[in-house]
Amino acid sequence: MSQVISRNGTRLSEAQTVSLRWFITRRILQSVPLILGVIILAFILIHLTPGDVTQIITGDTAVSPEYLSKLRAELGLDRPLYEQLVLYLAQAMRGNLGYSFISRQTVLSLILERLPITLLLVFVPLVFSSMIGIFLGVLASQKQYSFIDNTASLISVIGFSIPVFWLAQILLIVLSVQLRWFPVQGFMDVRANLQGLDLYLDIIHHAVLPSVALGAVQLALVTRITRASMIEILSQDYIVWARSKGLSEITITFRHALRNALLPVATVVGYNFGFLLTGAILVETVFAWPGLGRLLVDAIFFHDYPVITGQLIFISTMVANLVTDLVYGILDPRIRYR
Amino acid sequence: MISTKRALAQRRTLIKNVKDFWHVYKKNRAAFGGLALMVFVLSLAGFAPFLTPYEPRRMVAIPFIAPVWSHPMGTDNLGRDMFTEVLYGARTSLMVSFLAAFTSAIVGVLLGAISGFYGGYIDEIFMRITELFQVVPRLILALATVAIVGPSVWNLIWVIGLTSWPTTARLLRVEFLSLRERPFVEAVKGLGAGDIQVAFREILPNATYCIIVNVSFEVARAIITESSLTFLGLGDANIPSLGILLQNAQPYLQTAWWMSVFPGTLIVLAVLSLNLVGDGLNEALSPKLRER
Repeated sequence: MSQVISRNGTRLSEAQTVSLRWFITRRILQSVPLILGVIILAFILIHLTPGDVTQIITGDTAVSPEYLSKLRAELGLDRPLYEQLVLYLAQAMRGNLGYSFISRQTVLSLILERLPITLLLVFVPLVFSSMIGIFLGVLASQKQYSFIDNTASLISVIGFSIPVFWLAQILLIVLSVQLRWFPVQGFMDVRANLQGLDLYLDIIHHAVLPSVALGAVQLALVTRITRASMIEILSQDYIVWARSKGLSEITITFRHALRNALLPVATVVGYNFGFLLTGAILVETVFAWPGLGRLLVDAIFFHDYPVITGQLIFISTMVANLVTDLVYGILDPRIRYR
Repeated sequence: MISTKRALAQRRTLIKNVKDFWHVYKKNRAAFGGLALMVFVLSLAGFAPFLTPYEPRRMVAIPFIAPVWSHPMGTDNLGRDMFTEVLYGARTSLMVSFLAAFTSAIVGVLLGAISGFYGGYIDEIFMRITELFQVVPRLILALATVAIVGPSVWNLIWVIGLTSWPTTARLLRVEFLSLRERPFVEAVKGLGAGDIQVAFREILPNATYCIIVNVSFEVARAIITESSLTFLGLGDANIPSLGILLQNAQPYLQTAWWMSVFPGTLIVLAVLSLNLVGDGLNEALSPKLRER
């Protein structure tokens, strides 16, 4: 049996282990309806398609009616709508998101192929911006309407107001084109034929600007939420009590207030993971980064609907799983062992 | 006679409220600046035909002229005057965003009000639906929908509207949940008012501030969503919008910086002004914050 170790290192008792497992099971049970909902939404979307899907597959080529009806039967389009829905649900729940009209590959394999390349862009900004954002938020909350607070608020308002792809364009124009500090576009230098460490360094060099663009928006968000949450927590009785015990401001801020203030921050970051991913899709377009964004933009261009809806389902499922209070459970023991 | 007296009294309180509001609002410098900025951006878009001699989407000069006096924002790859394109683009973007935010406000208010007013299993169902729409990244949902129904200005409006109501619905629900327990609601109910009357004539006016504040944020977000969608190629290329201009700038980033800088700046100004106004409204209208 795997041992479950809690955060402060003590081993959890049998009962606690069971309740933890029950907690996770319950959370998964809660996220299933959400995922079902997303799949139904995707199904509805596909059926909003003007005309018939077969028209898109065959394109302008003239085909015999027999072929068309065969194709319709093959795709299950001749069955009643509710049967199609059940079939679609059953397939999607098993991870079958359909086949691309264009490349004939499974949508899932196309997505999984590109996913790591996109996550590379998303992960670093997520970690760094969250850390800096929490720090700035805490700093701003210390003295409301002080110079630091106003500056932090201004930065976060501006950060909220800049479309991430435009920020990417500006970074590209200034830092890559004018100053030549970074490569202009792409994932790596294909002509240099790099290997080993040099290759990784090259990829990182290419990833800096897109990450900065994504991180800026994330930073604005985290700063704002942390500030608001800290201000609320700092006015509570137990903080006053801690202060009257004579604890130092640093202890109060970081040990007493921040722990609790992080809860809403984590939830918002969880909900906004989807926002970050969509940001990545836009930024990828600017930097010609071959991730999910490119896949999606190509799919839009070629009317490759299974790829579009497949990404919708895939990304929503990721976010749903992240959101469904696992974030809460990890941070707040009260929720975990109810 | 009595009704006119009542109307007069109502008008007087309204005027007083507006004055009170303005008194608090103008003290907030950021909010005041935001309002001025908003007026500026709106007039740029509104008076576009008077501000520029050209028509949008027309070739008026040679391509790729860097900003000069006669073309203050340069010209694009087809020799179109960027200043004209930006003004008319802002028009489209702002119109789409305002209408989309309006749509989302109606949907959000209805769902939130019903949810909070009735509670119970209706609330449960509505909240699950809201959760669904919050978990699905709205841009990707909007993108998939527009990609399927086809890019047109009207499609953009309803798609953005129908993908961005959850925040409003959640806020309204909470307001309704707390307001419906108040004594005045009991009183009106006791007088025999029907559900619709209680919900929309008695409770809703008390939640107006939260709708107004939220709408200004929603317009700001809609501008970003609209420009993102059109940037990815889901716009009507015959009508300039700020996102379409940025999409058009993308291949020429290395040579024609002005094609990206100006449309983007206008987006930032518009969104920033609305966010600042939203913050200001929140501070001036929210009963909780006002007591400070």
